[in-house]
Amino acid sequence: FPGLADVSISQDIPVEGEITVPVGSHSPDEDYSTLDEPVRDTIMRDLKAVGKKFVHVMYPRKSSALLRDWDLWGPLVLCVSLALMLQGGSADSKDDGGPQFAEVFVIIWFGAVVITLNSKLLGGTISFFQSLCVLGYCVLPLTVAMLVCRLVLLAGAGTVSFIVRLIVVVAMFGWSTLASTAFLADSQPPNRKALVVYPIFLFYFVISWMILTFTPQ
Amino acid sequence: FAEFDDAANLLAANPDATTISIDEPAEIPKNQHSRLQEPGREEDDELLGTDDSDKTELLAGQKKSAPFWTFEYYQTFFDVDTYQVLDRIKGSVFPVPGKNFVRLYIRSNPDLYGPFWICATLVFTIAVSGNLSNFFIHLGKPTYHYVPEFRKVSIAATTIYAYAWLVPLALWGFLMWRNSKVMNIVSYSFLEIVCVYGYSLFIYIPTAILWIIPQKVVRWVLVVFSLCLSGSVLVMTFWPAVRDDNRRIALATVGTILLLHALLAVGCLAYFFDAPELDFPAPIIPAHNGTTVTTKSH
Repeated sequence: FPGLADVSISQDIPVEGEITVPVGSHSPDEDYSTLDEPVRDTIMRDLKAVGKKFVHVMYPRKSSALLRDWDLWGPLVLCVSLALMLQGGSADSKDDGGPQFAEVFVIIWFGAVVITLNSKLLGGTISFFQSLCVLGYCVLPLTVAMLVCRLVLLAGAGTVSFIVRLIVVVAMFGWSTLASTAFLADSQPPNRKALVVYPIFLFYFVISWMILTFTPQ
Repeated sequence: FAEFDDAANLLAANPDATTISIDEPAEIPKNQHSRLQEPGREEDDELLGTDDSDKTELLAGQKKSAPFWTFEYYQTFFDVDTYQVLDRIKGSVFPVPGKNFVRLYIRSNPDLYGPFWICATLVFTIAVSGNLSNFFIHLGKPTYHYVPEFRKVSIAATTIYAYAWLVPLALWGFLMWRNSKVMNIVSYSFLEIVCVYGYSLFIYIPTAILWIIPQKVVRWVLVVFSLCLSGSVLVMTFWPAVRDDNRRIALATVGTILLLHALLAVGCLAYFFDAPELDFPAPIIPAHNGTTVTTKSH
């Protein structure tokens, strides 16, 4: 075993660490538990957390709020609104129309789960729900793109409107992919980053394709 | 640690040991088939020439030791780096004549990342390209209303995933059955066969994108070209596994592999991509009640 001869621990580096026992509650007043607060406070707190995460997605910076305090409300709201806006396509022929509500839902959630499993199997250190949270929240730019597309389609469906929609969707697709990679890239092993980023790219590409090919009745 | 040295020497001298299904009796047929000695020696030299060959062969037997209900067991199937996946893709697109894809690239480290995501990409590429190509073909017509054809995505997914997972299962079962009757030198595990099939489908991704071009000649040239490339990877992989068998069975096996591969390509082309209209103007035939009817010929 020649390789083991090189391993040695230098004598002058002290081995040290600390052991802390986490204190239970952080709130200053012990007798005011969240069970007694008004319902409005509970809802507003959650809404503020969701809103803060939306802001983090739109201006992606290295913040841990999205990862540490994950929640799935935001992704649910985004997914439902995107799936609702994708309705109203050519609904006469059942065969060749756009995606049904259930299909959009399944694609987004099943796709996010598969990507999360993929990154965990490749050795990522992020937890399952944190990754779902990030992927779901980063659908926000594409939902905005869908809104813009529907508004543009109200004005007309010609070539100009198609070019406008194309530019908007491509820009938002880039934004989504960059935002989610910014959040997820750090937790991946370094020589597998491309293997983790590619499925995310594919996922947002499929959603962008569904948005771009939406044609009203 | 003398045993480790002996084992290392044995494995270094005979790296094929891990791929032989039965260890003891297989030594004898290997010496008897003199025609196998030369390619075997070349492969030995080639494998010994790399740095980590002994290490991979030594570790190969110990890799999948986690029980199958733990997460770590499935992590062993994703133990690949970016450059390894890219190398395997390159090996499937540029087959080197005489070199076995499994021996050269997989080397007892089959992964499920490549097959799964190449199939996913292929599904969406075929659906999107088919949709785009139909859009461009029918573009000028006044009666044409664009539809996204989302149903075809699920059909594409079913077809391609079934091909990439059920055909290897059938092939693996068939090879195992033949192995019990005829002593074959080379045998592949199920995951290695899935790996070869998955990576061999990669060439269809750029082919599907190029199928947008609405020319029949171009499309068929692409079919033949991609079939040659990926078919040769499959043939070079599976020929060593069946060549010791009855001649007819070996040829039938390889022929079936190629036939199924060709069926997949032609079927996808026919179903997802509408036939391009021919260029010459359609003749106008007067119908019996006096109105003219235009016919289109395909």
